[in-house]
Amino acid sequence: MGDITTQRLMFKSPIKWLVINAIAWIIGVLWITPFIGIFMTSIRPFSEVVSGWWTIHPFTVTFENYFEALFNPMFSLYKGLINSLIIAVPSTLIPVFLASLAAYAFARFSLPIKNYLFATILFLMAVPQQMTIIPIFFMLNNMHLLNTYLGLILVHSSWGIPWIIFFLRNYFSLLPVELEEAAKVDGASYRQIYFKIVLPVALPGIVSAAVLQFAWVWNDFFFALMLIFDPDKMVVTQMLPRLKGQYQVDWGLLSAGSVIAMIVPILVYALFNRYYVSGFRGWAMKR
Amino acid sequence: MVVKVKTPLTTKVTFLLPASLLVLTFVVYPIIATIMLSFNINPIPNVNVVGDRKPGLENYVKVLTNFKFINIEGLKSFSFPMGAIIHNIIWIAIHLPLTLITGLLLAILLQNVKGGTIIRSFIFLGMVIPMIVGGLLIQFSFDRDLGVVNLFLKIMGLGFIARSWTIYPDTALFSLILGSVWLWTGFTVTMYSAGLASIPKEVIEAAIVDGADFKTILFKIIIPLLRPVTITVVAMTILWDLKIFDIVYASTQGGPGGASMVLALLMYDFFARLQDYPLSATVAVILTVVTLPVVALWIKATLRGGKT
Repeated sequence: MGDITTQRLMFKSPIKWLVINAIAWIIGVLWITPFIGIFMTSIRPFSEVVSGWWTIHPFTVTFENYFEALFNPMFSLYKGLINSLIIAVPSTLIPVFLASLAAYAFARFSLPIKNYLFATILFLMAVPQQMTIIPIFFMLNNMHLLNTYLGLILVHSSWGIPWIIFFLRNYFSLLPVELEEAAKVDGASYRQIYFKIVLPVALPGIVSAAVLQFAWVWNDFFFALMLIFDPDKMVVTQMLPRLKGQYQVDWGLLSAGSVIAMIVPILVYALFNRYYVSGFRGWAMKR
Repeated sequence: MVVKVKTPLTTKVTFLLPASLLVLTFVVYPIIATIMLSFNINPIPNVNVVGDRKPGLENYVKVLTNFKFINIEGLKSFSFPMGAIIHNIIWIAIHLPLTLITGLLLAILLQNVKGGTIIRSFIFLGMVIPMIVGGLLIQFSFDRDLGVVNLFLKIMGLGFIARSWTIYPDTALFSLILGSVWLWTGFTVTMYSAGLASIPKEVIEAAIVDGADFKTILFKIIIPLLRPVTITVVAMTILWDLKIFDIVYASTQGGPGGASMVLALLMYDFFARLQDYPLSATVAVILTVVTLPVVALWIKATLRGGKT
């Protein structure tokens, strides 16, 4: 938010100030209207909203759509949520840990062709998922990991490592080296230095990386679409378009499904807001 | 105090090896294998993905002349479908300027109002949710009966043109592009807000005291000072536009009749529907090649800026 003096200088009269504020808030509310709409549609019987969710006469609250979406006989979003969790948790812990080691090496050790390696990492962050998926598909098939949690976890973990290295390298290089060097002089091993000194100090950075990686894996659709076929193993984003129906879109079911699928990342964002925004730059690259 | 202790090689390897192994196996090797596959060279042991095709440029000729990639007829009459690559270009041409201008103006506006942070987090929601849901929300908002877009048209007395915008060939792509502005502007606003916060207040205050109007401040001070941010935002927005997949998959599946087909979805189409893997790999390579200039620009800017 701007400084009070700047505001006073910019909007000389109180009326102008009021108008500007009103405009900003109208824009803000308009911006989330689709979210309000999908929520309103999800908690009401479809017959009430056929001519627009903004008609509030009559207004009956029902959770029928949610039950139907969560316990759908073919694509149960409840199962989808569980599967998403089973995939997303290891796909966060593994790459964050491995990439933090590599990032530390990048930040502190002298490596041959370091700049080229780093440029390669940047390139890998930007490469489209489509560029890797066909060989992955056949490799996993060879390893009997196609259509398994483990296969998808391996792919997500590998895919997350480049941007986490990029992010944590920047983070580590901003930390003071004096403590680590003092420990080294005192005869501490690299493992001790890393786990006892670096990790605790770098914890906010690690949390940022973990939060964003979790959100990324949760939100991802393409890898799951390509590598999981069994409805029992599908993640929540993958099930959602399948609830659509062939000809007539069932918006009651779909709106509840949408709310279910987005509630987790929204909660993560709300709870970890500070961490979310600080790691956001590198993360946006791989969207 | 600078004590340069030489790090033993084994330590370096221990720190780097596990991450490198995963990345080499599941990212680097697949990229190389996809390139080989696009030239009909079988890259994967134990399976013949290529069939009896001879190594060569055959797939590139096939993709570049495929009407789903570029549709000359459609281009001539400027009617959809015009082909995936043209649709991606249209996407960039509309989405990039809209989201840049909206993002910058909103960032300036929200910096100077009460509760700007809250409004900013409203706008940022589009970046938080799964893009599959984003696509459904776009289709929902453009729906004839349920959509808020048509509600506004009715309020403005334009109710007679109300329709389900995403299911007609002539408006499907444009609807998705406008929807993507709505989703992505959370990114540009956030980036520009961070940029604005780093401009010293005194600079702008001095300009106001000197009697400069908003236009002068915007064009003479704010925009030039935000140049580095703009470069990043432009690069990332173009990349996002080129890689767009989920939004289209969830809302139109590239339809109707290919009218909203994009490159990433075309790759999937060749993979899943035609099951022509070399052809699909070729689309992936072309998509990646198209992103390269932007990626190179971004890598150069990042290496220059982050030498610390």
